[in-house]
Amino acid sequence: MPTVAPFDLDGHILAVEFLGDTPFFANAAGTIHRLDGGEKVTEAHQGMLSCIRDPYSESLISGGEDGKVLRIGADAGVTELANAPRKWISQLAAGPQGAVAYSYGKSALVRLADGTTKEFTEERTVEGLAFAPKGMRIAAARYNGVSLHWVGTAAKPVDLEWKGAHTGVTFSPDGNFLVTTMQENALHGWKLDSKAGAEARHMRMTGYPAKVKSLSWSAKGKWLASSGAPAAIVWPFQGKDGPMGKAPLELGTRANIMATSVKFHPVEDILAIGFIDGMILAVRIADSKEALLRRPGKGAITSMSWSKNGKLLAFASEAGDCGVVDIAA
Amino acid sequence: MTDAIPTQQKPIPVTVLTGYLGAGKTTLLNRILSENHGKKYAVIVNEFGEIGIDNDLIVESDEEIYEMNNGCVCCTVRGDLIRVVEGLMRRPGRFDGIIVETTGLADPVPVAQTFFMDDDVRAKTELDAVVALVDAKHLPLRLKDSREAEDQIAFADVVLINKTDLVTPEELAQIEDIVHAINPSARVYKTSRSGVDLARVLDQGAFNLERALENDPHFLDHDHDDHVCGPDCDHDHHHHGAMSPIHDVTVQSVSLRGGEMNPERFFPWIQKITQTQGPNILRLKGIIAFKDDPERYVVQGVHMIIEGDHQRPWKDGEKHETRLVFIGRELDHDKLEASFKACEAAA
Repeated sequence: MPTVAPFDLDGHILAVEFLGDTPFFANAAGTIHRLDGGEKVTEAHQGMLSCIRDPYSESLISGGEDGKVLRIGADAGVTELANAPRKWISQLAAGPQGAVAYSYGKSALVRLADGTTKEFTEERTVEGLAFAPKGMRIAAARYNGVSLHWVGTAAKPVDLEWKGAHTGVTFSPDGNFLVTTMQENALHGWKLDSKAGAEARHMRMTGYPAKVKSLSWSAKGKWLASSGAPAAIVWPFQGKDGPMGKAPLELGTRANIMATSVKFHPVEDILAIGFIDGMILAVRIADSKEALLRRPGKGAITSMSWSKNGKLLAFASEAGDCGVVDIAA
Repeated sequence: MTDAIPTQQKPIPVTVLTGYLGAGKTTLLNRILSENHGKKYAVIVNEFGEIGIDNDLIVESDEEIYEMNNGCVCCTVRGDLIRVVEGLMRRPGRFDGIIVETTGLADPVPVAQTFFMDDDVRAKTELDAVVALVDAKHLPLRLKDSREAEDQIAFADVVLINKTDLVTPEELAQIEDIVHAINPSARVYKTSRSGVDLARVLDQGAFNLERALENDPHFLDHDHDDHVCGPDCDHDHHHHGAMSPIHDVTVQSVSLRGGEMNPERFFPWIQKITQTQGPNILRLKGIIAFKDDPERYVVQGVHMIIEGDHQRPWKDGEKHETRLVFIGRELDHDKLEASFKACEAAA
């Protein structure tokens, strides 16, 4: 049985991410708490709305009710990247070469490392942002689809259309697929064809009893796990056509307890599944074998993060009862 | 499915404020934010505009209408509200209620439906009341040039006829008649400078099935001669018979009264009405007496959304009668009445 080191905080914890071997917990109140030989607290925002890990550097990017976009380093040093007074910054993405994307209202902004900012205006509110894995390209999810913009050139955006409200967006690690979460209980995907002028192909992933709020790609991009059901719903992306015509796996199924957060192991095809009651399971894709990592707690799991070597799993909860699971113990 | 939320709290009440530009919404908001009533409110506005109060609980939000992909044209919600409410509710200890101010031209329906149709919003908040402000001086003009002004009144639980100091008593009486004609079930107050008692605007429980009709002992009684006013009666006692001619009103209300209902006929009937005529129904409210049922059943609806529940036992001596009001457009009174009557247990 793995051991759990509890870390109790006050308030709703939005996100947890590892920088090095230190877990950083992002509190909706605006503070960053890190477990580095003891609790250390950094004041970041007057109300935090989003916090992500920059995959290209050892730092976090956060956005707040105070209109600020901050970079938080492994030493918890805070650098202000942008300040849009009185705007809520709830969407962020971190790109190559120090680029950071954020949005408010109908504007998606990309701030480059040298401090210059490019603005892309959509017809509707920007609800999700993601950088493509290759090239300086940003996807902005919006009502009725996604717009793909090249940051460095004046090329026209590629508009991927699908009726309905798209509330979040992610690229597959190989960049061949784009998947959105929707206001309705569904995901939508596009196969991004490299041939110029070719129509993008659609993938409908439906049947969820609730909205999907958490997505995670497996290490090699063969699987996409999702919340939104009383199990993790895991779509196969091995083939060139993605999950089209294939049924998803249902892992860690519980009678009527919803999965709220999913996170793939950084190396193995093992998925951590966090539930609305605070329970966490780890499930191996190959044989669906389950292991209990944490018993139910005080609130829904909002976020999970694996350490680089995959031996530690940190988790955050909406009731503040967070912690770190030592898998190897 | 999401019943088992261990950290469940009491839902936060949400008040929706509608009204044309210049009707006095900002004045009312400033009063709510500055007066000493012991409560704190988070306010969602479209523009900070003239709210002169610096308060980190005032959130600017771009109106973002979502049509749901279910083929129903009236199933619309406000996407921006879903996101802002989610953000606010992560730190619920900061405020006692949420107020949503809509733009002058806004359709109040998507705002209200957000609180019924989005599971996450519904789990944490509850629509308290829709309050419409009406500019007494300019209402006739507004009704001429827009459908929204009428919709706002038709959809409201509370109507504030504001700027009464700018009109003559005769003009004011006419405005009141118009408001009553559009929406007979709303509570109507006359004010100047938005000077209404805030207790009549906030915490109304108008969408709460247990409270909605309890607070209004005269529900649907206003157009009946046999209504005896009590000390708590605050409506005006002028003659509805002498209604001045009202032009430019396309919203109508259909009030139905009947005896005890047969549930096996009533439920399919109301389902069918809301499914087929939902787009034309702005609001519906009712108290239903079912045969051999010791409790009152209350229903309410917005377009195609309808919900109902037992409310309380019938009191001794209380007449077991069914009352329903539909507010909407292109409603066929005779057809509704005939099909309603066919649901009576005695029919």
